[in-house]
Amino acid sequence: MDPARLPGFLLRRCIKAAIVILAIVVCNFFLIHAAPGDPASVIAGQSGAADERYLAQLRAQFGLDRPILEQLWIYVRGVLTLDLGYSHRQQMGVGALIAQRLPATLLLTGAAFVFAVVGGVTLGALAARRVGTWADTAITVIALTFYATPIFWVGLMLVLLFSVVLGWLPSFGMYTVGADYSGITAVLDTGKHLILPSLTLGLFYLAVYARLTRATMLEVADQDFVKTARAKGVPEGRILRRHILRNALLPVITLAGIQAGQLIGGSILVETVFAWPGIGRLAFEALLARDYPVLLGVFFCTSAMVVIFNLFTDLLYALVDPRVEVQG
Amino acid sequence: MRDFWRRFSRNRGAVVGLAIIIAVMLMAALAPILFPGSPWDMAAAPFLPPGEMGMLLGSDSLGRDVASGIAHGARVSLMVGAVSTIAALGIGVALGAIAGYAGGWVDDALMRFTEFFQTIPSFILAILLVAIFSPSIASIVFAIAVVSWPPVARVVRAEFLGLRSREFVQAAECLGKSRIAIMLGDILPNALSPIVVLASLMVATAILLESALSFLGLGDPNLMTWGFLIGSGRSVIRLAWWMSVFPGVAIFLTVLSLNLVGEGLSDALNPRLARGRS
Repeated sequence: MDPARLPGFLLRRCIKAAIVILAIVVCNFFLIHAAPGDPASVIAGQSGAADERYLAQLRAQFGLDRPILEQLWIYVRGVLTLDLGYSHRQQMGVGALIAQRLPATLLLTGAAFVFAVVGGVTLGALAARRVGTWADTAITVIALTFYATPIFWVGLMLVLLFSVVLGWLPSFGMYTVGADYSGITAVLDTGKHLILPSLTLGLFYLAVYARLTRATMLEVADQDFVKTARAKGVPEGRILRRHILRNALLPVITLAGIQAGQLIGGSILVETVFAWPGIGRLAFEALLARDYPVLLGVFFCTSAMVVIFNLFTDLLYALVDPRVEVQG
Repeated sequence: MRDFWRRFSRNRGAVVGLAIIIAVMLMAALAPILFPGSPWDMAAAPFLPPGEMGMLLGSDSLGRDVASGIAHGARVSLMVGAVSTIAALGIGVALGAIAGYAGGWVDDALMRFTEFFQTIPSFILAILLVAIFSPSIASIVFAIAVVSWPPVARVVRAEFLGLRSREFVQAAECLGKSRIAIMLGDILPNALSPIVVLASLMVATAILLESALSFLGLGDPNLMTWGFLIGSGRSVIRLAWWMSVFPGVAIFLTVLSLNLVGEGLSDALNPRLARGRS
């Protein structure tokens, strides 16, 4: 792409991202509002049994009796000023609650994502390069296996093998309870706890990327411009890197951008299995407790993260593929 | 057709996959005969290991037969997988084809719409939809269809975008064919192989999604499912491994076979690629 057009491209994409985020805020609000169950009765239930008058008082206190559009306006205005509301159940601001849980999720998804992309593209490229040999078969079988296994079941089986049978790795939490580590031992301790969850989360996407890379590389390798390059006498390694892999990476980039959201969704399951203290588990707990402010906050944050991630992949796409037209 | 079958059967994995799927279908169809009575009923003492007292795959913490639960769960998994994929394909192909062929603001609007659905983390959206409409088979199918169509739309759009400026499409345009005829008759057949492969993966993904939802306790409360079995065995995994292992194997085999069949279909539909492979 022409570098001079980059700032305009970026600006247009940012405006679009902002509109998408606003739409998500509005949509999430109505979606959660359609959920059955009355938050006032939940709050009341948590403070003991309650009569109608106490419920009415709670509704008035938390603005639950106002018209729905007014509640929406209050919410949108709050989000725009980065005030995500207050969780009556946890007795804490939602922003603080999420900020507290976010690093754990970022660590987990980040580790899983890097593992999946690097491993997947490498394995897929290897399989496509040695098409038909035992290495291709082995890589294909591995990819198929992890693609077909439920993510939470992989987690349970890893726990069964590495924690219950072998006793090598911890099966839950982010750090050893009661062992007040500091410095390098704390990092190592967390790293040890991170292995099983990030493997669990990453193996599925590794399989996805390996399959996709292999498939698109084979598809591209069959095209005329590759034959032309070969006929011109371009060295095989250069054909693989410049002609095949570069074109085959486009669908992988697209998919990686799309799957940022799925990765966070998958972390709900992984965090549930491993008792990992991230926002995935926070969202599930909030749903069970009908803790609306927390749910809305988690949805806003995860969606915003995905929008920003998509912005990066769009940019990467434009940089990798010069044929992509850069219009809004 | 014969040619198609010949190419399909050359992929041994696909044939094995097809055989497993047929076996799972048979198991689902024969579940009431093989395991009469409700899978929720107590059939033996609790925590029996596999093979004891006629419990082929052991019994769970309430003395329910795990094998019976797996057989009855197969019906739910296959049904949910098929129905939600058909629904998702319908939405995805239509929107993707229109966006890719029309281009311009139509493409832009449809892609914003798709992007919007993709941006909301799909599994969280599925959980939310099932919770809002209360867990039932209908709400689960609906939720899976709603979160599964965007990849189809993207792939179909990309194919259409790549194909619409090709000579054969221009030729069809010059001949005065209608847009719908070009989209369905000229472009779609050329874009079919990625769609078919994607569809087979989507049935598999739908089964995985359903199992994940019921694992978290959001399954239809009246139906025995594989995910529920794993979820209920999870807390006693140190005591009774068979409760979580066998239902997981059932999911794995079913999903794997669907993927293998998808690969075979891809070979059979895209002989150019298959020749390079064999």
